[in-house]
Amino acid sequence: MDVEILARIQFAFTIAFHYIYPPLSIGLGLMMVVMEGLFLRTRNPHYEQLARFWTKIFALTFGIGVATGIVMEFEFGTNWATYSRFVGDIFGSALAAEGIFAFALESGFLGILIFGWNRVTPPVHFIATLGVWLGSMFSAVWIVVANSWQQTPAGYHIVGEGLSARAEITDFWAMVFNPSSVDRMLHVWVGAFLAGTFLVLSVHAWYLLHGRHVALSRKAIKIALVLATVSALSQLFLGHRSADGVAHNQPAKLAAFEGHFDSLATADLYLLGWVNKAEQKTSGLKIPGGLSFLLHQDFNAPVKGLNAFPEADRPPAVNAVFQFYHLMVAMGMLLIAISVFACWQWYRGKLFDRRWLLWIFVFSVLPPQIANQAGWFSAEMGRQPWVVYGLLRTSDALSKVVTANQVLFSLIMFALIYTLLLALFLYLLNKKIKHGPEGI
Amino acid sequence: MATFLGIDYPTWWFLVVGALFSGYAILDGFDLGAGAWHLFFRKEESRRIALNAIGPVWDGNEVWLVIGGGALFAGFPVLYASMLSAMYIPFMLFLFFLIFRAVSIEFRSKESMLWWRRLWDISYFVSSIMMAVLLGIVLGNILQGMRIGPNFEFTGNWLEFINPYALMTGATTLALFMMHGALYLLLKTEGRLYARLTILVKSALVFFLVSFSVTSLYTLLYLPHLSDLFKSSPMFFFLPALAFLSIANIPRLVSKHRYLLAFLFSALTISMLLILVAVELYPVLILSTQSPEFNITIYNAASSEHSLRIMLIMAAIGAPLVMSYTAFVFWTFRGKVKMDESSY
Repeated sequence: MDVEILARIQFAFTIAFHYIYPPLSIGLGLMMVVMEGLFLRTRNPHYEQLARFWTKIFALTFGIGVATGIVMEFEFGTNWATYSRFVGDIFGSALAAEGIFAFALESGFLGILIFGWNRVTPPVHFIATLGVWLGSMFSAVWIVVANSWQQTPAGYHIVGEGLSARAEITDFWAMVFNPSSVDRMLHVWVGAFLAGTFLVLSVHAWYLLHGRHVALSRKAIKIALVLATVSALSQLFLGHRSADGVAHNQPAKLAAFEGHFDSLATADLYLLGWVNKAEQKTSGLKIPGGLSFLLHQDFNAPVKGLNAFPEADRPPAVNAVFQFYHLMVAMGMLLIAISVFACWQWYRGKLFDRRWLLWIFVFSVLPPQIANQAGWFSAEMGRQPWVVYGLLRTSDALSKVVTANQVLFSLIMFALIYTLLLALFLYLLNKKIKHGPEGI
Repeated sequence: MATFLGIDYPTWWFLVVGALFSGYAILDGFDLGAGAWHLFFRKEESRRIALNAIGPVWDGNEVWLVIGGGALFAGFPVLYASMLSAMYIPFMLFLFFLIFRAVSIEFRSKESMLWWRRLWDISYFVSSIMMAVLLGIVLGNILQGMRIGPNFEFTGNWLEFINPYALMTGATTLALFMMHGALYLLLKTEGRLYARLTILVKSALVFFLVSFSVTSLYTLLYLPHLSDLFKSSPMFFFLPALAFLSIANIPRLVSKHRYLLAFLFSALTISMLLILVAVELYPVLILSTQSPEFNITIYNAASSEHSLRIMLIMAAIGAPLVMSYTAFVFWTFRGKVKMDESSY
């Protein structure tokens, strides 16, 4: 295999692994802030128990997020040197802002959050929790800004040519608020809330099914369900806004989302399907003209298809982009169904009576994870062949001096160490969950 | 070129990056150093106390690496790209040990089986040592210069990072961190472990003084470009003199059992040594052994002035914030290690 494919596999592998953890941290951070806030208001010790318990799980996800995040940062330089030189001026300032304003904030207060329960007063501890959560939210902002700039570059100009060409900032705020960053940031935030709230639902439903920590778990499930339902429903709107943005800014990507080839035809909306790239045909269960309607509120409006773009500028893996995109949408719908149905049961006063519903909660920890991963895979694969949309091709972005063997070595190394890390995560998570919240 | 207080922006950013990496070396230095002593403690209780002495802070210390790396990427993308791709293997190994070490710290005390704890003790020990050595190796290669060619691309061999000088700086870095780590542990422990550390810290001093002297001698003899400035201008001579005094002060304070001051002086030593390096190299970041025109300098590697100005404003706002909550955390956890249910 050549350097490019190995480097892409390595990046995809390390970023996908990394992305299990930060969304959990952001989502659990929200839960902890609410739980601890409720404790400060009501002084009900149940809320403190909950906050303390989830802080331990948070510490775990945060720790692994940091370790795998350092890898991402270094990988830009090691594997994508040409890219780093090209985007450094822009990506760099977003990364610097992330470090200074977000990451330092969360890591600074983390010590107090985890080890400080008996050393500081409850309000000070609450401030630390809030600091850590806000830090994790801000982290997401800057990272998504940097990524969004790669999707929809703005506020820059190109200096130099060929190998020494680079993008330089001309307008910082135009760079930050590039056409896709706000929509995508909200979409990512809410995706993270889903990851965190459904983990809480899952664990506490498991306790209820085993008759443990009953009073505590009922409180936790109610808090998580409210946040989960609001998040799941708002994702419908935010996801639509993101897709609208893609249609506007990256039409080739949107065409790949729906496997739409013909440039002048109305576009269908698939529930599920299969793209045959060779024959330029997509088949499956569809709403005819559905995409046209979503984008233009008109079933007959034409939508730019893949054929409107030169072969070299289309995403090569159309079917993969299609499948990941539809997987994400399906998971989102599933989460809406679960949370809305559960709320209805709650309204009828039967939320905790239905064991099968609790079992659904137990397994509902997975759909948000799948949706988050699938969403990013479709966003990133749909951007191909560009690493910076319209400006720098992925194949030109590599490190010139790094050989395939070196990348293969590091890829195997990451496979080993991340297997160990995943084992550690599941082991500790399981142990902490089995152990459960402590009495105070 | 635009300046602020008479100093141009790339130089300002060079100072920022330098300060961040000094902070990183001082902070992660003591916890890597503490890890490099781990197998020297024989009692289970001692090992746990030593681990918990760095427990609340080691993760936060690594934050400095994340921010330092980000600052380097942001301010000097050309350097970042060339350095990391040129030293692909050492950086990948560094990442490997960084994660392995974190895993070891987290796993170790979670089960009480003897073999379990022995295994993670060893991996924690080895990865702490390897991280320190690899940092030293990277530094050694930067000091020595690399085969940088057109477009600031590395033109050498992937194994070149292993060379006598880099191994010497690797050993010296390990020795420095071990001394620093032993002093930190002395501040954090009592009783039997404390007594053992008062002996170990002396071996650390010997290890450091020997490796430092050998490396310095080699530098003076074979890498004249690293001492030209100090020889040519007496005005700069006070810098190595200060570094020397700072180092000499450590054994003096140790023999008087004034460990807090000794720790502060070892921190000062770390930053003095980095300042020496920075002053010597400036404005070059990596010397090209091919031709001076391919030297990576703070000017040809820097981001645009516009970008640097934005980041300097961010740093000016952010630095006091970061320092204040770092200080708050260290203040909250001041004093000797007390184990509780959240301990490792």
